[in-house]
Amino acid sequence: MKKIEAIIRPEKLGEIKTALATAGFIGLTTFEVKGRGRQKGIMLSYRTSEYRVDLLPKTKIELVVDDKDFEKVVGIICDIGKTGNMGDGKIFILPVEEVIRVRTCEKGTGAI
Amino acid sequence: MYKKLGNTRCFALIAAVFLILAMPALAEEAGAINSGDTAWVLVSAALVMLMTPALGLFYGGMVRKKNVLAIIMQSFIILALISIQWVLFGYSLAFGPDTGRGLIGGLEWLGLNGVGAPPNPDYAATIPASVFMIFQMMFAVITPALITGAFADRMKFSTMMVFSVLWATLVYDPVAHWVWGMGGWIRTLGALDFAGGTVVHITAGVSAFAAAIIIGRRLGIGKENMAPHNVTMTITGGALLWFGWFGFNAGSALAANGLAASAFIVTNTAAAAAALTWTIVSWAHGGKPNAVGIVTGAVAGLVAITPASGFVGPVPAIIIGIGAGIFCYFAMHLRSRKTNVDDSLDVMACHGVGGTWGAIATGIFASIAVNSAGADGLIYGNAGLVVKQLIAIVAVMAYSLIGTTIILKVLDATMGLRVKDEEEIEGLDISQHGEKAYL
Repeated sequence: MKKIEAIIRPEKLGEIKTALATAGFIGLTTFEVKGRGRQKGIMLSYRTSEYRVDLLPKTKIELVVDDKDFEKVVGIICDIGKTGNMGDGKIFILPVEEVIRVRTCEKGTGAI
Repeated sequence: MYKKLGNTRCFALIAAVFLILAMPALAEEAGAINSGDTAWVLVSAALVMLMTPALGLFYGGMVRKKNVLAIIMQSFIILALISIQWVLFGYSLAFGPDTGRGLIGGLEWLGLNGVGAPPNPDYAATIPASVFMIFQMMFAVITPALITGAFADRMKFSTMMVFSVLWATLVYDPVAHWVWGMGGWIRTLGALDFAGGTVVHITAGVSAFAAAIIIGRRLGIGKENMAPHNVTMTITGGALLWFGWFGFNAGSALAANGLAASAFIVTNTAAAAAALTWTIVSWAHGGKPNAVGIVTGAVAGLVAITPASGFVGPVPAIIIGIGAGIFCYFAMHLRSRKTNVDDSLDVMACHGVGGTWGAIATGIFASIAVNSAGADGLIYGNAGLVVKQLIAIVAVMAYSLIGTTIILKVLDATMGLRVKDEEEIEGLDISQHGEKAYL
């Protein structure tokens, strides 16, 4: 099993969620995060000072999938999440040791 | 033999006799008090009252999230404190019968003794004296509140409370007496201040600057992000300030008449001119036109027109607004680039510089044609008025500076002015008030 951690543009979340659900991937967790990448942030000004805001708001999605599914999920996220501009985000894949469903305590891929 | 009057007819007769005897007194009161004037000044008092919480919002949006409640709380507590101080002795000191040298009023009106429904023709002949008092109260309230912007994010709440009452009593009340009180030496001198350019804005601006120097810079300034946490809050406050300022300036006509109308109009005109000027200047000076800028510009214009509002016409008001937009904008930049004074919300640049420009502009543009009770200014051939304005400005600046410094030094030695470093880092909302603005 693999965990997919995807940092995406916040405005892309709705579309990606819908597409994942359509493809059969219902369970996921989202986080509001701030991050800095090569985008270099933006300049804002206030009265006499200017300041660079280089931590920009992003959304992080986490979902755990069976080994056979992760390429499909990554494909969905990339296709919808990309705009072609800097700041589209990143996806990280991690190995998962075990998955347990709290309601029934069952383990394994069936618990995803 | 005569017929005895029935009880009812007896009472009716007695009542009629009293009514007839009272007629002259009623007629006199009814004839002297103008209901339109009274209604307008009462409404103006309410408008100016609103300006203090509005100031809390204006400032509140500009501070960091962890300090927003503290600065709003400071405005509110000052509203409460000075409301009581004014009634007990502040009004008497400011507007009471002069004690001899035009420096301060007496204590004859302690607890508003003698201040009631009958008008006091020294100040306003057509409204109850109590209405004049409550209108003036709101000016006494907002002036110390202005100063809170200079020491934002680091002042001890308890000391601030004591400071505000001491400052109101020892700085504001005397200066109000000098400029507006019957027998006040600046009033006698003939310097003009229609609604408080000197009394409110110069005192607050200069005192704020002194306070900022004495209290010291915020921790982390220059390194940490101290950008406004909620610009929409600042805009809301600014809008309410512009609105309330109609009461501040037009209400100072103390009558519902052509002068009030004229003051209303020039107030709006100067605010608009200053807002536009600030927007254009900041745009040209390398930035983009922004919301904090336009509302700050408007406030600067409102400050500058305050002393002139009952003495100038709309075209000079435009010039005064443009001047405010330019002078206050560059004063702000000078303060932050060339000095290390952390007057955090630029009270001196807006109020001190704006009020000074307004007082001088009054000396230039005042016209008897606008207000026959005023004077002509420089452009009408009377250079003497500018001289009088300058005397008033310098005297009030010096007094405010010295008075504030003494009060703060004494409080620093006794109570301490500043919160501890860890309290400042944690934020005043939690450390001083045990509260979070946003959960």
